[in-house]
Amino acid sequence: MDMELGFNKVNMNRFFIGLVIVFLWTCQQPVDKLVSYNKDIRPIFNQKCLACHGGVKQMGGFSLLFEEEAFAATESGMPAIVRGKAHKSELVSRLRHHDEEQRMPQESEALAEKDIQLIETWINQGAKWEQHWAYIKPDASIRPPIIVDKDWAKNEIDHFIWQRLAQDSLRPNEELDKSSLLRRLSLDLIGLPPSLEERNAFLANNKEDAYEQEVNRLLDSPHFGEKWASMWLDLARYADSKGYEKDLYRSIWKYRDWVIKAFNSDLPFDEFSVTQLAGDLLPNPTENQLIATAFHRNTMANDEGGTDNEEFRNYANIERVGTTFEVWQGTTMACVQCHSHPYDPIRHENFYEFMSFFNNTADRDIYHEAPNIFTYEGADQEKVADIIAWIKQQLKPEDQLEGKGFLHQQKAALVNHLGYRKVEIETFDESGGFIELMAPEQTTIFQVQDSSWIRFEQVDLTAIEAISYRYATPFGGFIEVRLGSPFGKMISQCSLPLTTTPQTKSRDKWKNWRTLKVPIDPTEGVHDIYFVFRKNRIADADLLRLDWLFFHEQSPRMDNYSRLFSQKLEELETIKAIPTPILQELPTEKRRKNHLFERGNWLAKGKEVTEAVPEVLGALSKERSPDRLAMAEWLTSPENPLTARVAVNRFWEQLFGYGIVESLEDFGTQSLPASHPQLLDWLAIQFMHEHEWRIKDLLKQMVMSATYRQSNQITKEKLEKDPRNRLLSRGPRIRLGAEQMRDQILAVSDLLTPEIYGPSVKPPRPKGAGQFRFGDTYTLSEKENQYRRGLYTYVKRTNPFPNQITFDGTDRTICTSRRIRTNTPLQALSLLNNPVYLEAALAIGQYMDTLKVESVTERLEAGYEKVLLRAIDPEKLKDLAILYEDAQLHYAKESELTGSLLGNPSPKNEQLAALTIVAHALLNLDEFVNK
Amino acid sequence: MNIFQEAAKKMGNYNSRRYFLKQCIGGVGAMALDSIMDFGQSTTNLKTPHFLPTAKSVIFLHMAGAPSQLELFDYKPILQKYDGKPCPAALLEGKRFAFLQGTPNMMGPQASFQQYGQTGSWVSEHLPHFSKMVDEVSFLRAMHTDEFNHAPAQLFMHTGSPRLGRPSMGSWMIYGLGSENQNLPGFVVLTSGSDPSAGKSAWGSGFLPSLHQGVQCRSQGDPILYLNNPNGIDEHIRKRSIDIINDINRKEQEAIGDPEILSRIAQYELAFRMQTEVPEVMDISKEPDYIHEMYGTKPGQISFANNCLLARRLVEQGVRFIQLYDSAWDHHGAGKGGGVVDGLANACKNVDQPIAALLKDLKMRGLLEDTLVVWGGEFGRTPMKETRASGADFKGRDHHAEAFTMWMAGGGVKAGFSHGKTDELGYYGIEGRTHVHDLQATILHCMGMDHERLIYHFQGRDFRLTDVHGHVIRDVLA
Repeated sequence: MDMELGFNKVNMNRFFIGLVIVFLWTCQQPVDKLVSYNKDIRPIFNQKCLACHGGVKQMGGFSLLFEEEAFAATESGMPAIVRGKAHKSELVSRLRHHDEEQRMPQESEALAEKDIQLIETWINQGAKWEQHWAYIKPDASIRPPIIVDKDWAKNEIDHFIWQRLAQDSLRPNEELDKSSLLRRLSLDLIGLPPSLEERNAFLANNKEDAYEQEVNRLLDSPHFGEKWASMWLDLARYADSKGYEKDLYRSIWKYRDWVIKAFNSDLPFDEFSVTQLAGDLLPNPTENQLIATAFHRNTMANDEGGTDNEEFRNYANIERVGTTFEVWQGTTMACVQCHSHPYDPIRHENFYEFMSFFNNTADRDIYHEAPNIFTYEGADQEKVADIIAWIKQQLKPEDQLEGKGFLHQQKAALVNHLGYRKVEIETFDESGGFIELMAPEQTTIFQVQDSSWIRFEQVDLTAIEAISYRYATPFGGFIEVRLGSPFGKMISQCSLPLTTTPQTKSRDKWKNWRTLKVPIDPTEGVHDIYFVFRKNRIADADLLRLDWLFFHEQSPRMDNYSRLFSQKLEELETIKAIPTPILQELPTEKRRKNHLFERGNWLAKGKEVTEAVPEVLGALSKERSPDRLAMAEWLTSPENPLTARVAVNRFWEQLFGYGIVESLEDFGTQSLPASHPQLLDWLAIQFMHEHEWRIKDLLKQMVMSATYRQSNQITKEKLEKDPRNRLLSRGPRIRLGAEQMRDQILAVSDLLTPEIYGPSVKPPRPKGAGQFRFGDTYTLSEKENQYRRGLYTYVKRTNPFPNQITFDGTDRTICTSRRIRTNTPLQALSLLNNPVYLEAALAIGQYMDTLKVESVTERLEAGYEKVLLRAIDPEKLKDLAILYEDAQLHYAKESELTGSLLGNPSPKNEQLAALTIVAHALLNLDEFVNK
Repeated sequence: MNIFQEAAKKMGNYNSRRYFLKQCIGGVGAMALDSIMDFGQSTTNLKTPHFLPTAKSVIFLHMAGAPSQLELFDYKPILQKYDGKPCPAALLEGKRFAFLQGTPNMMGPQASFQQYGQTGSWVSEHLPHFSKMVDEVSFLRAMHTDEFNHAPAQLFMHTGSPRLGRPSMGSWMIYGLGSENQNLPGFVVLTSGSDPSAGKSAWGSGFLPSLHQGVQCRSQGDPILYLNNPNGIDEHIRKRSIDIINDINRKEQEAIGDPEILSRIAQYELAFRMQTEVPEVMDISKEPDYIHEMYGTKPGQISFANNCLLARRLVEQGVRFIQLYDSAWDHHGAGKGGGVVDGLANACKNVDQPIAALLKDLKMRGLLEDTLVVWGGEFGRTPMKETRASGADFKGRDHHAEAFTMWMAGGGVKAGFSHGKTDELGYYGIEGRTHVHDLQATILHCMGMDHERLIYHFQGRDFRLTDVHGHVIRDVLA
């Protein structure tokens, strides 16, 4: 065992030999007298100079942000730095100036003499400028260091880790025991613990590649995608609601399904990225490729009455720039929105040039979130296809229609062709003030008031003789149909009879709906039409409600067919399609101009700009026009210095608790130094070229390492030298994320509904978790859906699921790269008092209670093993026994309490009650909430 | 010193927000804990303010929906002369409104006013109780904001930004100062009526770690989510369970050596203490009758009055920031009961007596001198009438970002003072214009914090509550 798993004496000796070699190697390095800009000079400039001579301010006409600026003439007409001549460089003389007023940095302490000397040497050596490391492509020539302790290392990753540990005279830990290792691996790869059976199978498997078999099994698990989707959805700021005041439902769960499927099918990361950013611009995009573009439709939309849609369209675009850079480039753009970056080489205009890539999508903060793609789920898909086929069979030769496009497009074309021209009211293209969608369904409009209006664009009115309105009103009112503007030519008007009687109770006043058919003046051609609403005698804030319109043709084709035919047509209409908002480019004639926003203010439009990427990060391919697809290809090109590094760093962080660069969201000059810079670059190169962007291969490489498999034992020495485990002197011991916490509890209690994919669910929330407002409701999902994985829990931005937030999840309003782990009493209260967890404890209690064993001790042991998947330590067993006995005595006395614990009015089962309490304690153990 | 100089100064010795946080939490860093602990760490998380504070606690009374200053405090007899006349084009140029269209008509004050107190402050008929307290407060009569829709304006008021995702003022406060009471959250939120438009984001912690978020407490049911034992678990079982959980955790800690486990043990002990302490604080039934009469409180109800009394009790317990939201202040006049006459009168009835009682009560107990009470909405209302329905006259006003009234009392601000002035139509501030960021800077100042130094590094830049703006309103400081 020892030989196989960890350090034996031979290894120890090798280890010390290794140390000696490292030591000697360090001594033999020649002292490099060449001053490095990145290593020596940049930190001084960043700390002392850039505040006044950077992207925000260029005092005296001098800036140190870009090379050309640093060596350009300043306001005095002379450059501040003269290459090769420190004594002629104003920069140096000002650092030593005898006059306090003149001496730099102003109103601060002078630089240390040794720093000034460094700067002098650097200038005298030619003042060689270097780019920040993250803007230079990773070095493809890096090879894993040669290490002495080859027996410990399982793959190349370990070479990098071992070498760094050796520098601090640390040695790695031995391998974790098999049971705990499988638990860690399973929680990491699929977000669920292994079952007891899986654990037993692994223990019984003595083959050399037993561990690798488990890795492969988990990578192939359909639950793999669920775990990694959780991470990605934080970046995508995925939510089921639109945000801001109304914060109503957004139908975008198909995007989540797409992400899960993409991870499960191991879609290479470059393709994964391009599809989300520009799937709509790929040649002949599939439905799935279009759904992927919902990534950037997760931006918030403001449905509050009286908001300016153009304002919130612009906010969404600004947000898309920031998110794209954070997700793929680990670069922060928040500063650049208002002015040039204070310390990274990105200019103010770069922000708006980049925003131009998004500025010509068709979405514009309207209620219905157009453009949407409509798809059918499961059996509906077949049903729709069948009806379409049936209808087409019936069609006379002169009525034939060629079916093109996706299923929903075919359906829409067909019903339109046949004259079944029903228009759902909520799909209007624009509205005046007041008009809002009725929550939660958002399929009717309400708050229709006097002189409010809605517009439908590009409606072909040729051969239309009448319009039907599906409406309800307790007040009555008029509808006018006008062309071109709310004051344009009127082609129809009607007075709506009441849908209530004087006897109607006020709570029922909106319950009766009627349809009214109104003729229109014959009108040729395609028009933007306005429906303008006017009050009758009574004014009200909620005058009337509308559900749909129907445009009646003079002689629709459908009239020439049977009754059955019409029924089929109606049936086709009633099958619900799932909308998903997507990206779609505007046609050429509707393209918007791109402007810089002065100081980030969208109303202060500055100079016109065109699509481009920041120079420091390369350039777009010249092969194609500069559009979103070109931008996505630039991101995923091997020439891009950041994408692969940023990506491998994220995957690393999920497994090891910290990124190699801890600031996952920021690789700029302000980022934390990488703990293992060579490893980061080597992994990035591997990811691009060896794994060809395949995430599963990358993850496999990581979890196969000895570094990953270490035990998490901490010694005093390790705590001192490597307190936060940044050097990985031990295995990662990290508190589970919010989703994993929930999933693990449901899994070990066998309550979990393992179903994958589908719409979000609403599991029980604590009393007092707050209202879903504006007509929205929190209606519990059906029983089995209450036990789905945390990933599927409905995310309402202004009222997120309490446990998700308590355990450091986010409300998904903004892109989040890392969740800062906290440890709070609210977490303890949640674990202790959440009825769902007590229900899980009862299930585990029943499991212990019904085991065919004799002693209580055996039941307790089995319970611990069920929850933690390893054998219990005898000392801990004693504790559990004490709790058991105490609880048993207590519940024997308190039968009412027993009843309410077990959910059974007259139980005589203090053993089950006590076992439940023990199980509940197990779910609260630190070792359970950590991986 | 500006934000970038500040940033430059700090560069080099910190970069990660984690590192920075640990420094702030102080002491904890030495234990090499992985995660950040909550308000329970007694003295270790109390942080030093930037300078001597004049207030220990803040009670922020937010009338969500935005009350009309023109019917409460900003008396404009001249506006009456223009009643029914079209609004001059000059006032509309370049302005954006939520609902007003075309050229609206001006509308005179829809309430009668009188002068009160030594200061002779004008207060309308709607606030008979508060009018007796005017000598305790500093009015800010020329407040203005950037936003004219509810959710963005409420976010702006509480997080300094109109978009979701930034920490709220209370979160900044806890981040900067820590919490005084180790058994209670430092930032408590109490609501009456529906949640404000901005939802729970108005007290969210944004990019600060989630432990800084406002904790919503309730006077009905569980005062804090999951505070009470679930069915079938009583105090005996609870105590024994926590003892055993902590004992096993201690054994695990000895075996593994991870100091993070010690933190978990501490949190379980604290959770247990909270289970007894919080319900006691939240139970107002034991307050004497004269207090109930003064506030108009009825134990067991959810009401603004109950929340005012709770706010006083929380201040007594050392809770740092208490946020009260009352809804139903959005008086567009879209229908009956929704205008600045009847709608506003009804809304005032619910808050007038308890607010006056809160000020009185705090003063009686000597708490007002170090408690800052702030009152207001997210913006003001237009001097123009909003006419949604021709022919009907519900007398409404639209959202107005240019001018509104707020007031502050206690905690280091002048008693019986008035800052700022609006023009004769009440359209625009002409003296002492006070921006929302100025108000935020001033509140932080009273708490001993320099709004330019209370910063958090996130996504590569330093963030402040006041963004890159805000000036302390020196005039109102006592």
